[in-house]
Amino acid sequence: MSELTANGVAIDDTFAEAFDMRGTALVITADSRKWALQAAVTMTGFATSVIACGCEAGMDRELGPHETPDGRPGVRVLMFATSTAELQKQLQNRVGQCVLTSPGSACYAGLAAGEDKLKLGAAIRYFADGWQIAKKVGERRYWRLPVMDGEFVCESTTPMTKRAVGGGNLLIMGATPQTTLAATEAAVEAMRAVPDAIMPFPGGIVRSGSKVGSKYKGAIASTNHLYCPTLKGAVDSEIGPEIACVLEIVIDGLTSEAVAAAMRAGLKAIADLGPERGALRVGAGNYGGKLGKHHYRLKELMP
Amino acid sequence: MSGFTFRLRAPPPQRVDLSGLTPQALAGRTLAEIAALPIQTTRSALSVGDLFDIREGDLDEIVFEGGEERLDWVGAGLGAGAIRVVGDVGVEAGRGMTGGALTIEGGAGAFAGSGLRGGLLKIGGDAGERLGGPLAGETEGMSGGAIHVGGNAGPRAGDKMRRGFLLIEGDAGDYAGSRMIAGTLAIGGRAGALPGYLMNRGTILLAGGVVEMAPTFLDCGVFELVAARLLADHVETMSPRLGAAFRGPLRRYAGDLAALGKGEIFVGAR
Repeated sequence: MSELTANGVAIDDTFAEAFDMRGTALVITADSRKWALQAAVTMTGFATSVIACGCEAGMDRELGPHETPDGRPGVRVLMFATSTAELQKQLQNRVGQCVLTSPGSACYAGLAAGEDKLKLGAAIRYFADGWQIAKKVGERRYWRLPVMDGEFVCESTTPMTKRAVGGGNLLIMGATPQTTLAATEAAVEAMRAVPDAIMPFPGGIVRSGSKVGSKYKGAIASTNHLYCPTLKGAVDSEIGPEIACVLEIVIDGLTSEAVAAAMRAGLKAIADLGPERGALRVGAGNYGGKLGKHHYRLKELMP
Repeated sequence: MSGFTFRLRAPPPQRVDLSGLTPQALAGRTLAEIAALPIQTTRSALSVGDLFDIREGDLDEIVFEGGEERLDWVGAGLGAGAIRVVGDVGVEAGRGMTGGALTIEGGAGAFAGSGLRGGLLKIGGDAGERLGGPLAGETEGMSGGAIHVGGNAGPRAGDKMRRGFLLIEGDAGDYAGSRMIAGTLAIGGRAGALPGYLMNRGTILLAGGVVEMAPTFLDCGVFELVAARLLADHVETMSPRLGAAFRGPLRRYAGDLAALGKGEIFVGAR
């Protein structure tokens, strides 16, 4: 690796490799911010990786009452999957089980346009057992489902984009778990301000980065042993003796530009914190550039 | 450039059919061709030039200076552009509109906005019976767009309405929203007897009381529904008063239980 540094933090001359995804966005509202957040948190639970969750999802940002279709507090949620069919399935299941069930909730399309449409209320409406009512207001069509606290209002469809990208990433390496976590948290905080991008792992952070494949038959992913500090010496490690902890941030975006913007914001936040209180080094994960169409070179994104 | 103007010289000697005087129908015609267009509805020939002084202008904005209750089918089939009538019109104004804006500053006769599918029909004065409704033999009335009436509406406003918004600032006659299939009807004044008679689905808002509710509508209680918020925001763009009437607690009556029963009548519950 070449010796690139930003405010004393070493930046690997490498790139993050990311993939085309199908993406959509929803706006979830409720009578209070508390319950809008609750519905969004529940819906985006167990959605860290397409490897086993079916989709990757997270909260893009909170919305004030003036920003939502029904004038109530809301949350914009992004969802990504590797195929249209899987995204449709995940959308239907998650809205049906997590948003429909949440007190006072309503659910709307969160994208203005896309190459295709996914069924939202048009799929959930059957829960109403024949009592569902469609209502077209302006150009938007809603379904009203009688539920025990009144009505669940759900927009009929939501646009889907085929230009979404999943798998942008940063590997944050530090001298201690504490400083590494501090740098990673700072990066996640900065990335959350970037629109149209999410970090789907817990708190935006992955501590168990994975590689493709395993020595065990049937396992499609296994620990990224080259970055495990306790394996230094036992494997051809990618980290030196000064590194005691590595954390990863994975980024999904509705556009490639959103992923790049999030990575740029994260790198800046890590550099701003500096090596004393934060990370010593930042890298990125890739597969040699042969699998993913999108490459994000750190030296082009560093501050 | 000002609008393409037809100034009415005198009351017409017979009912006239003005459905041919829309922006799309007149596009590409010369002034002489327009003046020669037949508009009679009897055996007595009558052309545009016989009835109107024509002033050339922007065809996307047609103006009729002077109205009369014998001017029928004004703006019928309008698909784009704007038509404004300074005065009254006859029957079936804006019938079958698919887009654009038809503004009638006076009153309109029966069947205004009949079968409307898109666009906005504004009637400054009163509207006759069966506003937005279907003609005999047709299976549905207005199925999109919006009608706004500044005054009162006659009986059976919104008959067999399927989609869209019908907003009446004043009173409505008996059987408003009769046989509604869906859509939204809001009445700012007092509604006549039996609103929503035999409606299957759809929403009726009664903001100013009602002469007599049908016994086949049942009280569901008082709610502040999210759907009402969405309706309020949309209706407010056309009528701040009626939009505001959708806000706050509303008593919901479900019906007509003599038909499908999935319709609703909202009445303010403050």
